[in-house]
Amino acid sequence: MNAPVPIPAPLGLLAELTHRCPLGCPYCSNPLALDSRADEIDTATWARVFKEAAALGVLQVHLSGGEPAARRDLADIVKAAREANLYSNLITSAVGLTPQTLAALAEAGLDHVQISIQDSEEKSADHIAGYDGASARKRSLAAEVVKLGLPLTVNMVVHRANIARIEPMVELALSLGAARVEIAHVQYYGWALKNRAALMPSREQVERAVREVEALRAKHRGRIVIDAVVPDYYARFPKPCVGGWGRRSLNVTPAGRVLPCHAAEVIPGLEFWNVREHSLAEIWRASPAFMAFRGTDWMQEPCKSCERREQDFGGCRCQAFLIAGDARAADPVCHLSPQHGLVERLAAVRHDAPYSYRHS
Amino acid sequence: MSEIADSALPRLPRGVRLTHNEAQGGWLLLAPERVFKADAVSAEILKRCTGEATLAAIVDDLAKTFNAPRERIHSDVVKLLGGLVEKKLLELA
Repeated sequence: MNAPVPIPAPLGLLAELTHRCPLGCPYCSNPLALDSRADEIDTATWARVFKEAAALGVLQVHLSGGEPAARRDLADIVKAAREANLYSNLITSAVGLTPQTLAALAEAGLDHVQISIQDSEEKSADHIAGYDGASARKRSLAAEVVKLGLPLTVNMVVHRANIARIEPMVELALSLGAARVEIAHVQYYGWALKNRAALMPSREQVERAVREVEALRAKHRGRIVIDAVVPDYYARFPKPCVGGWGRRSLNVTPAGRVLPCHAAEVIPGLEFWNVREHSLAEIWRASPAFMAFRGTDWMQEPCKSCERREQDFGGCRCQAFLIAGDARAADPVCHLSPQHGLVERLAAVRHDAPYSYRHS
Repeated sequence: MSEIADSALPRLPRGVRLTHNEAQGGWLLLAPERVFKADAVSAEILKRCTGEATLAAIVDDLAKTFNAPRERIHSDVVKLLGGLVEKKLLELA
């Protein structure tokens, strides 16, 4: 018998308040089957979840969606996070969030705002978002965030249509007054997987983008922090997905299901528990989905004997299932995976088909 | 080492918070997408960075509360706060 895996204390909670969103971004990380408004958990349940999360060790809550501002009770939700002593981060499209609501959120104790921007060129940005005028609204709300004295992060998702404009995108973030910018290459799950051939950049484009980010970091040191999410189809080693399954973070869906990561529902056979029926502590400790890939006992070769197994935890379980067809396999983006050739072939499939926009 | 004037008013900027969490084993400084563990000494210093007390007053208070030499406290405080200013985790008003 193996010794039981010690249960770590989570640090972060991704609270998907709603799947409703005015934008249609073709790389949206929400699942293809969206939770409906009627199934959303209420304010009091979120308040309880936040208290239970803080007791488990969670320090930061990321209020996300969909578009969190689609919820009329957003200020009460922010207040509940503050009362639970959590650091709150609003992840917003900025469309549908009025300056009045933003001021109410600041008043309720919001700590940080992250606004997504689709491109430095407005026309392209609106095309990617599937929403005319989105870009102008985002820029004007960013100014409101700065005016209120809240720290601002700009999140820019990078793919074939905008990868040539990393520098103007960082310049835009600077001009908006952001203290931090995320250059996040698309990760292929949910809607992004559906649109992979239309989004996927070439290896040369990715390598140039990585060099550009390095140069921009040096150029803007002390003015803006540039964080980058690397494009893993072209990587040698997999990303340590969610910092290890059931190890650092958890995700609550709009309907209250608790997932080890936002994409976990694609893996067949996993049993997720719901905050309507269980406490967060029970779910974190004992729900079958969290137990499934916690620690290293579930691993097969080449992960099982790999010296990096406690470093990248075999990569992403969802990607292992989606590409290799087995959630216990090594993430096939790893060059040690016997299925690595598949990833290279999939990355080579690139054609400019119209986006399949998500719809709420 | 950066110098900090005795009259400076150190404070945590909006978006940076000192918090205590039992399950994480103590005091932590929280910032956008970042978490720093704060040991007991750092926590005592940061609790006093309210923007209302001058550096000199903070050092006096710590020296009195912990019955420690003022010189040593001053150098510990300046070292900690100087590092935090560089990381934009502290403002000097």
